[in-house]
Amino acid sequence: MKKVFHLLIMSCALLLSSVASAESDLAIEITQGIDEPTPVAVVPFAWDGSSALKEDIAKIVSADLGRTGLFNMMDPKNMLSFPTQQAQIYYRDWRISKTEFLVIGRQIPAEGNQIKVEFELYDVLKEQRLLSERVSGTQDNLRDIAHYISDMIYQKLTGIRGAFSTRIVYVTAQQYGEGKVSYRLKMADSDGARPITIRQQSEPLMSPAWARDGSKLAYVSFESGRPAIYIQYLATGKREKVQSFRGLNGAPAWSPDGNKLAIVLSKDGNPEVYVLDLRSRSLARITHHYGIDTEPSWSPDGQSIIFTSDRGGQPQIYRIYLPTRQLERVTYEGNYNSRGRLTHDGRFLAMVHRGDDNVFRIAVQDLKTGRLDTLTDTYLDESPTIAPNGSIILYATQKGVKGVLGGVTLDGNVRFILPATSGDVREPAWSPYLQ
Amino acid sequence: MRASNVTKAVALALSVAWVAGCSTSGTTESTGSTAGTDTGSTQGVSQNTGVSGSSMDDVANLQTVFYFDFDQSVVKADGFADLEKHAAYLAANPSAQVILEGHADERGTREYNMALGERRAKAVSRFLQVNGVSGSQVESISFGEEKPAVLGHSDSSWSQNRRVELKYVSR
Repeated sequence: MKKVFHLLIMSCALLLSSVASAESDLAIEITQGIDEPTPVAVVPFAWDGSSALKEDIAKIVSADLGRTGLFNMMDPKNMLSFPTQQAQIYYRDWRISKTEFLVIGRQIPAEGNQIKVEFELYDVLKEQRLLSERVSGTQDNLRDIAHYISDMIYQKLTGIRGAFSTRIVYVTAQQYGEGKVSYRLKMADSDGARPITIRQQSEPLMSPAWARDGSKLAYVSFESGRPAIYIQYLATGKREKVQSFRGLNGAPAWSPDGNKLAIVLSKDGNPEVYVLDLRSRSLARITHHYGIDTEPSWSPDGQSIIFTSDRGGQPQIYRIYLPTRQLERVTYEGNYNSRGRLTHDGRFLAMVHRGDDNVFRIAVQDLKTGRLDTLTDTYLDESPTIAPNGSIILYATQKGVKGVLGGVTLDGNVRFILPATSGDVREPAWSPYLQ
Repeated sequence: MRASNVTKAVALALSVAWVAGCSTSGTTESTGSTAGTDTGSTQGVSQNTGVSGSSMDDVANLQTVFYFDFDQSVVKADGFADLEKHAAYLAANPSAQVILEGHADERGTREYNMALGERRAKAVSRFLQVNGVSGSQVESISFGEEKPAVLGHSDSSWSQNRRVELKYVSR
C-alpha cells in the first residue's frame, strides 16, 4: 500500500515572510455553527500535455474543501476569468464575486508518465500569495496529488492538519443467487473514490478497525462458521487469527499505542469488554456485569475505554478508567445511545442515538458541556467514524433500500452521501493519518 | 422451500441416525434408527408427552425458528410446546447436538445486535437445559443483524429477522 502514496514534494519556499510568521492569523475559528462559510475559488488548472488527464485536480480539490462545510466553493461557471499564473489575476474580479481565497495551478508534463503540479493560494482581500508549492507524481496518482493539495490549503486556511489524503475501509454485502451473499472488505480514498477489495468471503465480515499506524486492520469474520477476530496486514494481505473463544469474539478496537486490542468476549457467560495485549497475548477482563457490555473504544490518551452497556435497562454509553477501574455513565439523553467514538482531542463523543422520535441517527455530545446534538436527518444511521482531524464524521445509512455511506461535519452544517458503490455498504472506518 | 428443507432434514436425520446406530453398540441410540426406518408413524405419538421426544419424525417436523419482540430475549409462549419436544428428544439422545443461531433485526448498532442475538440464543439454550438437555449438547452462535431472513425496512421484515434458528448438527 505504501507505494501508492509516493509523492515527491518540492516546496518552493515562496511563502511570504509576514504570512509565515503569523500563520495562526489565517486560521478560521471553528465554532459551533459557522453560518457563513468562507468563499473560495479553485480555478481549473492549466495543462500543457498532449492528451487529456484522467482526473480534474482542481475539481477534486474544490470538492474536498467543500465537504468540510467551512468553505463555500465557487462553481467555475460563475468565474469571471480563469487565471493560471499570478500575472493573470485581477483581484477586482474576485472581490466582485466576494471570493476571499483563490487557488490557481498549472499541470506540467514531465518525463514518461510523470507530472508536475504547481499551485498557489491567494488572499484576495490582502492581494497576497499565501502558498506556492510544486508537487511531483505520476499521471496515475493525480487523485493523491489533489488530496495532497487539499491538505496543504486546508491547513493554511484553518491551522488544522488536513485529512484528505487518508483512507477509509468499509464492508459491502452483495447478494448473488439464491440466498448467497458476497461480503467484501474494501478500502477507498477518504472521498470514496478508487475502491479496492482487500478481502472477500461468503460468510459475514464486520467491525473493521484501523491500527493507529495505518498498517493493519482488525475485524470480525465468520469464515469458520463462528465469529473470530482477525488482524490483516495491508501491505502483504497476510492474516492472523487472534481470538476465537466459544461465544462472541467481537468489536476490536486498537489502543493508541497499537499494542493492545479492546475486544468483546462472552466466554464467561455474557458479553464483557476485555483487553488483549498483543505482545504477551495476555487477556484482562475490564467490565463485570450480567448485562450487555460491548463496542469498546479507547480515549486518545489510552487511559480509559468507552463502551455500550444496557446495565441501566437500555443501551447507554459508559466510560471506565483503566488505572482505577472507576466507572461513569456518559450519556443520558435518549433511549438508545451506542457505539461511541471520541474525537482525537477527546472532547466530543459521536454515537448512534435514538431520541423521542425512535429514529436512529448520529449525534455528538460535547463532554465538556454535556450538550448533545443530533447531526443527521437520515434513517437507520450506524457506525460513526471520525476523520483523524475531527472535521467530518462518516457513517452508514440507508438510501432507498440500499446501505450507503453518509458524511456530516461535526457541527452538523454540511451533510453528504458518498458516491454509491455496488452492493450494500456498511461500517466505514476512517484511517489515521498515513505516512 | 420450507417443505424441501424439511425433506432434507428428514433425509439427513435418517442418515445420521443410521450412522449413529451403526457406530454405537449402545442401548438407547438404537431406538433412533428403528424410529427412523419407521417413516409412517408420525402423528399419534406427538400427543404422548412421555415418549414422543425420541421419535425422529417428530423432531423433523417441529418448529425450528423462534421469534422475539424488539430488543427482547424472552422466549415466547407459542414456542414452548415445540421446544419442549426438542428438549425431550435431546435429553433422550445425549449424543444429539444442536446449534442455536441468534439473530437481530437491523435497527441499532451491529455489535450490540451481536450481543442481542447471543442473548436470544442463550434464552432458548436455557429453556432446553431447564427441560433436561445437557449444556454440552447446545451451542449458541450469534449472527447479530448480519444474516437477515428477510430484506426490507418494515416492521414485518424486522419481526421475521428477530429469531433463533435451532439446527441439529448431529442426532
